[in-house]
Amino acid sequence: MKYTKDHEWLRVEGDVVVVGITEHAATALGDVVFVELPEVETVIAEGDEVVVIESVKAASDILAPVDGEIVAVNGKLVDNPGLVNEDPLGSAWFFKVKVDDLSVLDEFMDEDEYNDLIG
Amino acid sequence: MVPFAGYEMPVQYATGVMKEHLHTRAAAGLFDVSHMGQVILRPKVSYQETALAFESLMPVDVLGVAQGRQRYGIFTNETGGILDDLMFANRGDHIFVVVNAACKGADIAHMTAHLSGVCDVVPVTDRGLLALQGPQAEAALARLVPQVAAMRFMDVAILPWGGVDLWISRSGYTGEDGFEISVPDAQAGALARALLDQPEVLPIGLGARDSLRLEAGLCLYGHDIDTTTSPVEAGLVWAIQKARKSGGARVGGFPGAARILDELASGPQRIRVGLRPEGRAPMREGTQVFALDGTPVGEVTSGGFGPSVEAPVAMGYVAANYAEIGTKLEGEVRGKRLALTVSAMPFHPTTYKR
Repeated sequence: MKYTKDHEWLRVEGDVVVVGITEHAATALGDVVFVELPEVETVIAEGDEVVVIESVKAASDILAPVDGEIVAVNGKLVDNPGLVNEDPLGSAWFFKVKVDDLSVLDEFMDEDEYNDLIG
Repeated sequence: MVPFAGYEMPVQYATGVMKEHLHTRAAAGLFDVSHMGQVILRPKVSYQETALAFESLMPVDVLGVAQGRQRYGIFTNETGGILDDLMFANRGDHIFVVVNAACKGADIAHMTAHLSGVCDVVPVTDRGLLALQGPQAEAALARLVPQVAAMRFMDVAILPWGGVDLWISRSGYTGEDGFEISVPDAQAGALARALLDQPEVLPIGLGARDSLRLEAGLCLYGHDIDTTTSPVEAGLVWAIQKARKSGGARVGGFPGAARILDELASGPQRIRVGLRPEGRAPMREGTQVFALDGTPVGEVTSGGFGPSVEAPVAMGYVAANYAEIGTKLEGEVRGKRLALTVSAMPFHPTTYKR
């Protein structure tokens, strides 16, 4: 598992990267009440706003951590946004992105580095 | 913690906004609203003279409020806009006023400028204010102050607890039955702890205070009402009693009377309405509202997710010909026009003990 400074986690599955948000981010957001996902096959560039999350407190975005193409989105979150708070590291993944070269993940933090960031 | 009207206030406690909201609707929530302004109007000559002078600032029947009763009031300006909304109570030999935190300096100056000929305008600076709200508020508070069980909605009473006088009203701003309790600063912490020790009670932050009042259809000053919105546009006609309207015993005589009486007679140009987005996306303050043919018709002034409604809810102003309940409109969220419907408020039924 890799982590971004924007509190996303990245997990490799074959040649795709699964993206979710960390427990720290889910707690800070508060109760999530709305999730808007991108369309499958959307081509994204690092920094693009790809997901909108609304909590009882405010709206925020998930930014694309890498360049690539969306190959799957987690439709369960649309019907049950609260899953983001219940299981942020597991069943509440947001999207899967196919990248050209998995070595782009090397630049991201490992768990210890991320824990230092939020510590 | 966030800055709010010059105070550091918690958005939420450990429980979180959603659970705090639902707990208040199911049991009882304790809110620290000590930032609000408490003021006493102490007559120099007679209560009646002070009440009539207070009426010169509001389109509200002050004189008709019986001793031991409280009423909602609105300070208006010369153009019929709203300077602040407030609660005031007839406490026999004086009037007790509670105003919004962000407006309290201006309100005290306003009252002093207009009323000091007939009464002393005395800011109460040595008392905190707690609100205990929810269907089990009475049970929790009655263990400390048994007499509150006999109070009805909008009653006020001065009742002893722990060697001091509590100034209690049966009111609040959540749509639930409940109480607001003014307590001397030195005992405020002890009273808060005594209430939190009751099994029904959890502390509630600003986040849930906002979602509770939004579901109850209640205005937040500076958002849903301000110096440009008239009480009639704001749907606060219920707060303007017969005595102050055309044909009443004391018609007019308040700032902005010309506009307000005209709007009462012929209807306002725009009206505050409830708005129910059809999807799950909350429509927040500033969301532009359009008719189905694309005509801009208004704007959301408060909006978010309603935990008890289990859906997004909003309120805002729309042109009068689009204000009928059931009218289909659209709100623009992140560049997309999403369906919404003009809806009755409150969004969640109130449980006042009348």
